[in-house]
Amino acid sequence: MVTMAPHRSLRLLLASAIASGIAATSLTAGHPAQADEGDKAVLTVAVSQSVDSLSPFLAQRLVSTSIHRLTYEYLTNYDVKDARPIPGLATAWKASPDKLTWTYTIRTNSTWSDGKKATAEDAAWTFNKMMTDDNAATANGSYTANFEKVTAPDPRTLVIKLKKPQATMTALDVPIVPKHIWETVGDFSKFNNDKQFPIVGNGPFIITDYRVDQYVRLKPNKTFWRGAPKFDELVLRYYKDGDAAVAALRKGEVSFVPNLTPAQAASLKSAEDIKVNDAPGRRFYALATNPGARSKDGKKFGNGHPALLDPAVRKALFLAVDRKTIVDKVFQGHAVEGEGYIPPRFASYFWKPQGAQKLAHDPARAERMLDEAGYRKNSGGKRVGKDGRPLDFRILCHATDPNDKAVGKYLQEWWGKLGIGLKVECLDNVSDPWLKGDYDLAFDGWSVNPDPDYVLSIHTCAALPATPKDTGATDNFICDKRYDELYAKQAVEYDPAKRAQLVKQLQSRLYDTGYMNVMAYPNAVEAYRTDHIRSITTMPQAAGNLWGQDGYWSWWSAQPAASGDDQDSGSSAGLLIGAGSAAALLLAAGIAFAVRRRSTADDRE
Amino acid sequence: MTTASASAGAVVERSGTATAYPRYLAGKLGGAAVSLFAVLVTSFFLFRIIPGDPVKAMTQGVPTSAEQLATLRRQFGLDLPLWQQFTDYCAKALTGDLGMSYQFRAPVGELVAQKLPATLLLTGVAVVIYSALGLWLGTRSAWRHGGLGDRLNTGIALTLWSVPSFWLGLLLIIVFSVGIGPVPGMFPTGGMESGDETGLAYVIDVAHHMVLPVLTLVAVGYAQTLLVMRASLLDEMGGDYLTTARAKGLRDDLVRRRHAVPNALLPTITMIFINLGHVAAGSILVETVFSWPGLGGLFYQALSVPDLPLVQGLFVVFAGAMILMNLLADLLYPLLDPRVGR
Repeated sequence: MVTMAPHRSLRLLLASAIASGIAATSLTAGHPAQADEGDKAVLTVAVSQSVDSLSPFLAQRLVSTSIHRLTYEYLTNYDVKDARPIPGLATAWKASPDKLTWTYTIRTNSTWSDGKKATAEDAAWTFNKMMTDDNAATANGSYTANFEKVTAPDPRTLVIKLKKPQATMTALDVPIVPKHIWETVGDFSKFNNDKQFPIVGNGPFIITDYRVDQYVRLKPNKTFWRGAPKFDELVLRYYKDGDAAVAALRKGEVSFVPNLTPAQAASLKSAEDIKVNDAPGRRFYALATNPGARSKDGKKFGNGHPALLDPAVRKALFLAVDRKTIVDKVFQGHAVEGEGYIPPRFASYFWKPQGAQKLAHDPARAERMLDEAGYRKNSGGKRVGKDGRPLDFRILCHATDPNDKAVGKYLQEWWGKLGIGLKVECLDNVSDPWLKGDYDLAFDGWSVNPDPDYVLSIHTCAALPATPKDTGATDNFICDKRYDELYAKQAVEYDPAKRAQLVKQLQSRLYDTGYMNVMAYPNAVEAYRTDHIRSITTMPQAAGNLWGQDGYWSWWSAQPAASGDDQDSGSSAGLLIGAGSAAALLLAAGIAFAVRRRSTADDRE
Repeated sequence: MTTASASAGAVVERSGTATAYPRYLAGKLGGAAVSLFAVLVTSFFLFRIIPGDPVKAMTQGVPTSAEQLATLRRQFGLDLPLWQQFTDYCAKALTGDLGMSYQFRAPVGELVAQKLPATLLLTGVAVVIYSALGLWLGTRSAWRHGGLGDRLNTGIALTLWSVPSFWLGLLLIIVFSVGIGPVPGMFPTGGMESGDETGLAYVIDVAHHMVLPVLTLVAVGYAQTLLVMRASLLDEMGGDYLTTARAKGLRDDLVRRRHAVPNALLPTITMIFINLGHVAAGSILVETVFSWPGLGGLFYQALSVPDLPLVQGLFVVFAGAMILMNLLADLLYPLLDPRVGR
């Protein structure tokens, strides 16, 4: 009896643990998983990217900056139709004749969620902090680098003095924070703004709770000057796996899922109460060639293939690229054929090559071009360089991007026909060889902002690293005098139409230098439940995306659908099945236990 | 006389054991301390081999000026020479400070503390269940080896073992979360909690979220324990002491439970402790599929930057857990088998 005691108690413990686990599970099996309790209309968005910081001074990731767009006002916003600058915290703005002083009029009807008025003083403090504390400039320092002085002569007036003219003054994507809250913060490099909720802000939403990699909860700001959002709550819920997020959308646990793969989009097309939004994207997907890596001090480095310095070779490569096949086969129709540098959704800056300038798909012309430039085929059918060596290139590919791998295969085939070899080098982290200039070609892509200044600046000589050991802001080591001249002109042009013309000329010049070739503009593919969301605004309004907009239009404008009872039938069936199976399991366990006790009764005595 | 000498011998033997165990204990503790120190030092250099510039990787696709890049490098201490970074790291590590994560701007210790409970809960429960299940089924299989039950048992276990865990997880989500045909969606598709429960409701909510990930881990994991237990019990089954036990008239069930199983348990215990050592590391794939906010997912995120202080810190935590569990197993052996540690 004594020896049996621990044995039996152990088993009992285990049995009870398992049984109670199952019982608890089945009792809750009917608990509606959709975060829609009572009459509360909750808009749940599936996200996967972890928040890097909730401090606007540190946050750089899309998920974090999207949250800041919803919770803080910026001086200006972007129009939902065409992304031109429109009033945000500022209602009007004016540049001085010498182009060096900008005066913003701050609105009087914006209040912080703790009841205090938002004023020019808050804006001045935000910019001054970034200008005087490196740690506060971590995320958005590039916007204030050219600021000489920022003052608030009165609560409605903000004056920014510049060192030199700057055309991006109506596109300062800097969240303005409440001075009375933030002036008590000590070390800005360590303050993440995620300990005290609700977080004081003046955007359409207020952050009420945040659990790392679980959820971010936001409630509507009832005093928001443009009008409060219609949903009672906005929840960003984490789904680290895309297929699991799609399953949650099907079930109704989430209302919206971004970044769908073509297969996921196809499977959701026929699903009931789900709308797939296949929108023109803001990214370009390009081929970059190494123009010979160099630093500002004139030193050359890296091991880019010398044959790629010959424009004829680069043009021949681009002529052999069949963009239609890439869009149809690789992106499965969820992209638009690439032409100029800036995607067509930014209509005022969009440019495309015309006539003789255009390098359309023409493999025969590519062959001729190589022949004429002296790259003859040898007996093995391989093109040989001027040094007698066969043309064999490498292309850097992102191991995490299936598109890179698929396009790489096509390039091998197309360039192989020209007699040019290609090795596709897929790496988890391409930045090392890229920064060292140790590549011939690379798959490249950027997300373009409504103001294109930044994506244009990364091809200027000023963006090159100071020395080979440094890291510059350059994308691809391009340094072209004519391009730099045009860039400098547009950077100080305050007339939108004239600036747009200069930006188009810049793109034309970039196209002609032949180091970058845009193959496609991938679409933003996303889906939402129409039985949760009755209407929602895309950006651009005519056809555009919902997640990662430049404004807060989608979530601010979303209207809840009439509350339907779509979960309960499944839930009650779940409860019945759960409770039934738990009861059956408990019964079976009980019988087995009793039988065992009886069979060993003799030995125990 | 005979009795006296026999009892004297017993005294000598017992006192020998009494002095041997502390020595054994000291040896094992010393070994664990040395291992932990080696882990602390190697983790610094190990992850610096990973190619990639953390600053450039973190700012990829984000408008960043050269000045901002320099600020980041200074904030992270990456502008200092390697030896200085190493001495800084050692000095801090000795005080228990594992540094600041680059990407989350938070102390590594705080991040680990935030996510460790979720991982311990999920993987811990799974390891306990699959170890118990494996032990039980392994014993059954070996005792009636070659029979239909044995073949079915090992067949099913091996099949489930070969199934990729993320695939099984997705399948379970589609069947039991979303619902298919007559099966209704019963469980949440992911996460650890709904977010607005408190008290008992919270406990039940977490249990509800745990069912499918635990089921996945158990399904792909129990075969290991089953096979080891089955093999070691088969080894014991030819033993003379079992024949003796049977000859004494003990029932088959008791022969198995009281005589065969305890002797066959040692290799399985070793493996269970190794699995417990893995508990802290979580399961990257299952945590990802079920969006479980644990350390496995954090480690993946840390590696992809690479977020050096975070990978270093997590490596130390994972290795530390393994060392601790090995130590516990070592300390437990002499209690299970008196021949060990003598």
